[in-house]
Amino acid sequence: MGSDSAAIDVRGVSRIFKGAGQDEVRALDNVSVAIRQNEFFTLLGPSGCGKTTLLRLIAGFDFPTEGEIRLYGEDIAALPPYKRPVNTVFQNYALFPHMTVAQNIGFGLEMLGKLKEEIAARVAEMLALVRMSELKDRRTSQISGGQQQRVALARALAPRPKVLLLDEPLSALDFKLRKDMQIELKRLQHETGITFIFVTHDQEEALTMSDRIAVMNKGRILQVGSPQDIYVRPSERFVANFIGDTNFLKARAVGAKGGKVKLDLSSGGSLSADLPPEGLSVGEVTVVVRPENASISEIKGSDFAGNVENIVYFGTDTHVHLKLADGLPFIVRQQNSAGSTAAVKIGDKVGVSVVPGTAKVIRD
Amino acid sequence: MATADEIAEHARLADIRQRWWLSAPALIIIFFAAIGPLAIVLLYSFMVKGDYGDVKYWQFSLDAWTNVLLERDIFDETLSIADAHLVILWRSVWLSFLTTVATLLLGFPTAFFISTRSEHRRDLWLFLITIPFWTNILIRTFAMQEVVRNEGIVNSVLMALGVINSPVQIMFTDWAVLFGMIYVYLPLMVLPIYASMEKLDFRMVEAGYDLYATRLGVLRRIIIPLVKPGIIAGSILVFIPALGAYVIPRVLGGGKSMMLGNLIELQFGQGRNWPLGAALSITLMVIVTIALLAYVRNAMRSGASHGH
Repeated sequence: MGSDSAAIDVRGVSRIFKGAGQDEVRALDNVSVAIRQNEFFTLLGPSGCGKTTLLRLIAGFDFPTEGEIRLYGEDIAALPPYKRPVNTVFQNYALFPHMTVAQNIGFGLEMLGKLKEEIAARVAEMLALVRMSELKDRRTSQISGGQQQRVALARALAPRPKVLLLDEPLSALDFKLRKDMQIELKRLQHETGITFIFVTHDQEEALTMSDRIAVMNKGRILQVGSPQDIYVRPSERFVANFIGDTNFLKARAVGAKGGKVKLDLSSGGSLSADLPPEGLSVGEVTVVVRPENASISEIKGSDFAGNVENIVYFGTDTHVHLKLADGLPFIVRQQNSAGSTAAVKIGDKVGVSVVPGTAKVIRD
Repeated sequence: MATADEIAEHARLADIRQRWWLSAPALIIIFFAAIGPLAIVLLYSFMVKGDYGDVKYWQFSLDAWTNVLLERDIFDETLSIADAHLVILWRSVWLSFLTTVATLLLGFPTAFFISTRSEHRRDLWLFLITIPFWTNILIRTFAMQEVVRNEGIVNSVLMALGVINSPVQIMFTDWAVLFGMIYVYLPLMVLPIYASMEKLDFRMVEAGYDLYATRLGVLRRIIIPLVKPGIIAGSILVFIPALGAYVIPRVLGGGKSMMLGNLIELQFGQGRNWPLGAALSITLMVIVTIALLAYVRNAMRSGASHGH
């Protein structure tokens, strides 16, 4: 995994916080991940999963208990933040209230001891990049949340960091502004060619913006991959559950051939599914099926059957909630295009067909 | 029948009357506790002094004001600069200034230390800082005397260590007064700075470090500008009472290191020159006001960027 060409190479990093008495909290537990140059990399997970701790270790606000953090091959884990060519966009922006917009953006360059003319030129360039040139002499308290966000971005980008860290920067914005800023962030990353490490708990944000995503939980990285990888081939239950809507089925393997496994479902039917890369465990296994990869059909010829418990209309599609014979819930998402209205009623017993190749066996 | 305008006018007048009634207690206190006594002091400073203290009422003279800065020779009646008064005036301003600087240098790190402790530790430290407030100032000053006198702690320790052979004279010098004032006024500097520092968002400090500022850079460019209101308040709270200090120079400075407060007391006591005492009091007030205006204006200008 680790190579010197990686922008950031995290190797076996743990961060243990000493609690009261003998308690200790493993905020990060032997985490390794390599982040490539010019990549939009997202750390995704619920609050308390360790994603912000990892970001703070890369920024230098905190130091690992064990392990190495390499920036283009150089171990930076022990350097103070002001000696790392890495800048941060903070969750609440942390703009300096006693300085103007332009002074905020120029602060990093000023601290690096750049010449006045050079700072002025770079600040003007950054103001143009984030489209804030007219407001350069405003106080940071006199501009809106979205504008503060742009200033925070410009301030962090001005010293030309090798890596930009973003700590849930969009969480304070309202829905519409958040959508705009997502596009803006992608544009900035593309234009500057800087490696972005983005922390979020919003799976949709992660899917739409990232080149690659690391899904984290309880101080560990569970899976690293492109948004498609993570969505289509989740490695375990937590990942499948955290990203998108998912159905879980219980089954027993009855025969495997060529990466496929034949499964007897505990609800009665049978299904063919993809094996996980690390092979199959003995006994009962868990299978995931995304709701959009299943459809309602005649019981005869279907993969398995269930009772309709609820029907929820969403405009573009309709969710049919089923209860299977073993008591597990199962949701089928039907698109509401003209002519695709399978008429079902609550209480009906219906069949379910799964698109071949979309069911995956996962680690539980 | 009253027109709408008349009714509105009536209501407006009633409203004004009511406001006066409601603010009457505050106005009465301001008049009797602040403006009234001040007016009497001002009036006394323009009257002829009585033979055994007090003043000769309604006999006006500018003698007291002349005597603030000048003195009349008892033999040939010529006027010359009142050296003694100027020395005392200068000493008061200089010692108060030094006290303010010293308490700032000591108080700022103290406030920073307290504000970076955990929540319940802070309360303990604040409690310790305020303990001297509960002790009578006379007792605190005598305690200081115990430290600096010739047979006191400082001299005993230095002599025991062999650093000095005979006691260093600290008592009854400007140094003793300065030490005493620093000790007594330090909490007045720590508390307002702490109040500002507690509100400081430490993510600002992290942002500073992130943007390549060293520890010194963060202190100079981020922490100090953000706690400036506390520094201003603390400096004012120390400088003003220091300028009018009476007990501390009386006990620690003796007759040799008098300050304005002692000089004023002297005029109302042994000096039996109430008009001069009154004039000196007014002079002290004017100095304080000028110093304050200059300081606040200066602080506002350099901290102008910390606006809304």
